[in-house]
Amino acid sequence: MAQSKITIRNVTKVFGKSPKQGMNLLNNGKTKQQILEETGMTVGVNKANFEVNAGEIFVIMGLSGSGKSTLVRMLNRLIDPTDGQVLIDGEDIVKLKPHQLREVRRRKMSMVFQRFALFPHRTVLNNTIYGLEVQGPDKQVQKAKALQSLKLVGLDGYENSYPKELSGGMQQRVGLARALANDPDILLMDEAFSALDPLIRKDMQNELLELQETMEKTIVFITHDLDEALRIGDRIALMKDGSIVQVGTPEEILMNPANDYVERFVEDVDLSKVLTAFNIMKRPEKMQNDRGPRVALQLMRDEGISSIYVVDKRQKLIGAVTAQDAAEAVKNNQSLEDILIHDLTTVTPDTLIVDMFEKMTGSSLPLAVVDDENRLKGIIVRGAVIGALAGDDNHINGNGVN
Amino acid sequence: MQLFPKLPLAEWVEQAVDFLTDNLGPFFEALTEGIEGFVEFIVLILSSIPAVVLIAIFTGLAWWASRWTIALFTAVGLLLIQNLGYWDGTIDTLALVLSSVIISIIIGVPIGIWISQSDRSRNVITPILDFMQTMPAFVYLIPAILFFGIGVVPGIIASVIFAMPPTIRLTNLGIRQVPEDLIEAANAFGSTTNQKLFKVQLPLATPTIMAGINQSIMLALSMVVIASLVGAPGLGADVYRAVTQLRVGTGFEAGLAIVILAIVLDRISQNIGSTKQQ
Ligand SMILES: Nc1ncnc2c1ncn2[C@@H]1O[C@H](COP(=O)(O)OP(=O)(O)OP(=O)(O)O)[C@@H](O)[C@H]1O
Ligand SMILES: [Mg+2]
Repeated sequence: MAQSKITIRNVTKVFGKSPKQGMNLLNNGKTKQQILEETGMTVGVNKANFEVNAGEIFVIMGLSGSGKSTLVRMLNRLIDPTDGQVLIDGEDIVKLKPHQLREVRRRKMSMVFQRFALFPHRTVLNNTIYGLEVQGPDKQVQKAKALQSLKLVGLDGYENSYPKELSGGMQQRVGLARALANDPDILLMDEAFSALDPLIRKDMQNELLELQETMEKTIVFITHDLDEALRIGDRIALMKDGSIVQVGTPEEILMNPANDYVERFVEDVDLSKVLTAFNIMKRPEKMQNDRGPRVALQLMRDEGISSIYVVDKRQKLIGAVTAQDAAEAVKNNQSLEDILIHDLTTVTPDTLIVDMFEKMTGSSLPLAVVDDENRLKGIIVRGAVIGALAGDDNHINGNGVN
Repeated sequence: MQLFPKLPLAEWVEQAVDFLTDNLGPFFEALTEGIEGFVEFIVLILSSIPAVVLIAIFTGLAWWASRWTIALFTAVGLLLIQNLGYWDGTIDTLALVLSSVIISIIIGVPIGIWISQSDRSRNVITPILDFMQTMPAFVYLIPAILFFGIGVVPGIIASVIFAMPPTIRLTNLGIRQVPEDLIEAANAFGSTTNQKLFKVQLPLATPTIMAGINQSIMLALSMVVIASLVGAPGLGADVYRAVTQLRVGTGFEAGLAIVILAIVLDRISQNIGSTKQQ
């Protein structure tokens, strides 16, 4: 329980002239569509429940109009919920008085906006300092914090520029710096990277992940892009028509869609950007380096394979030999060392398939999957990659090596 | 043909005015003296500066606020006015316009801010502004005389009523036009209403507010001839005298002086808002 940073219970927002009446209709089992037809009121968010753990990146994903922005704005009460509880560190912020709410907004959570929402009349520094400036007059300390925050996002040297002089990516870095300056526990990011072009966007995603390694903020990240959700989310909540239809880790969502909606959402996903070496690798055939060519040949014949990996006693990858070379070596009385191929192409278990294609074309042997201590974990054969991309479950590992 | 007896609207208005003059007499007197003192103060300052220096100041201001062509026009135009002998009248008119505009700003900007904060207050004030602007400006002279006597003060009061609406309207508009996501950002970082107003809304509304003030200046200037009907001195009085005496030449000269002053004030005030933004 202590883990949960944000808990929302039955949070609902009805837009329109009489939200309470809308609430009653919802309680009586009417759907969003029925309420819209009968009363003209829009159910923005319908009884949402979830918990966000401290230090995790929680992604809320859904199509346009599914209520993502409304939901995230109820977490800091930019939009007041019609009903339900929003517990931040166990405290229901729906009940807070305006000055208490201001304190929470100043110290506990910051927001990053889709269209950056930088103040055009303020310099980068004065934008970054804004959240501190509203807290009080201590200019010197505030400036130091703001500069540090700008440095964190790689914008030192730009403090005196105006937002319009910066590129989109840089502007959003300012947005991020501004949000980080008052060192909040919680970051709310509403489609923070959606306005950026794809390459910059990927950079920003990576940077966010890098920052997160050291910051360990609790991040609620909104997106309508599944790729983005899968890349950065520790857990993902899927929204449809104001309701949350599934919450789970990226793998859970992909492998066990809760219903047709989620399934349709994930069916177009580019698997090459989701599946990793870990998901498709096979158990490697390997031998210790203190054996000779004869043993190698025998092992390969037994398994019916044309190459075998060589490891040392601690399973560290040393090289590989092919069946052809081994047969030659036996004939000419060469040692294993003489025929060992040393420059193998290796990948790590978390390498995405998309990043493997180039490596595969350059090598005739299967790719070796090694961990960060160069221990051989598995191999990747061409057929597995193609099979996995075609959606063939036989080639995708649930949680272990085939 | 009367369908039913005429409503005694005129009588009611007169009774109301009588009531006000009877009961608020001391208040109006104090106000009159205050405004009169203010105008005299401005006239004193402006006329204590030698004409050449004042012309140089205006030229410099025009140069700073806009292009050199406007600066050149300002220099030539004001020198022409001085040469034709309308300098004192110009100073009186300038004082009248400046006083009216300053009062319009002091009252108008806060009202504009107020009605930008709630739709209800806006819905109350907007019809009043429409009324103030569509009522023929002459009509304001009558209560103005009754409350404030003859002279420059009723002229200023009538000018303020006529000239203030654009400042109010555009202050309101400027604040409401601030993009929603900037307001959200200000709120999300825990701003108070005042912090949001002074750190975000007003700075971003400044160009629009300046446009409103520019319109107010022009409207106040358009009132100078009317104000002269109740005894306000200045170029308006010169025009008015020329018209009643059918002196075409003088009328043209005084009218030209007003036009020159109008162009100078318009160009300078128009560009200050946008210059400040850069
Ligand atoms: N202020 C409002 N008044 C009335 N209806 C609103 C308001 N804000 C949002 N809605 C409605 O609530 C629903 C959810 O909107 P919301 O902006 O939360 O969706 P979203 O998932 O963020 O979509 P997008 O991806 O387009 O940003 C929509 O049907 C929208 O029309
Ligand atoms: Mg949205």
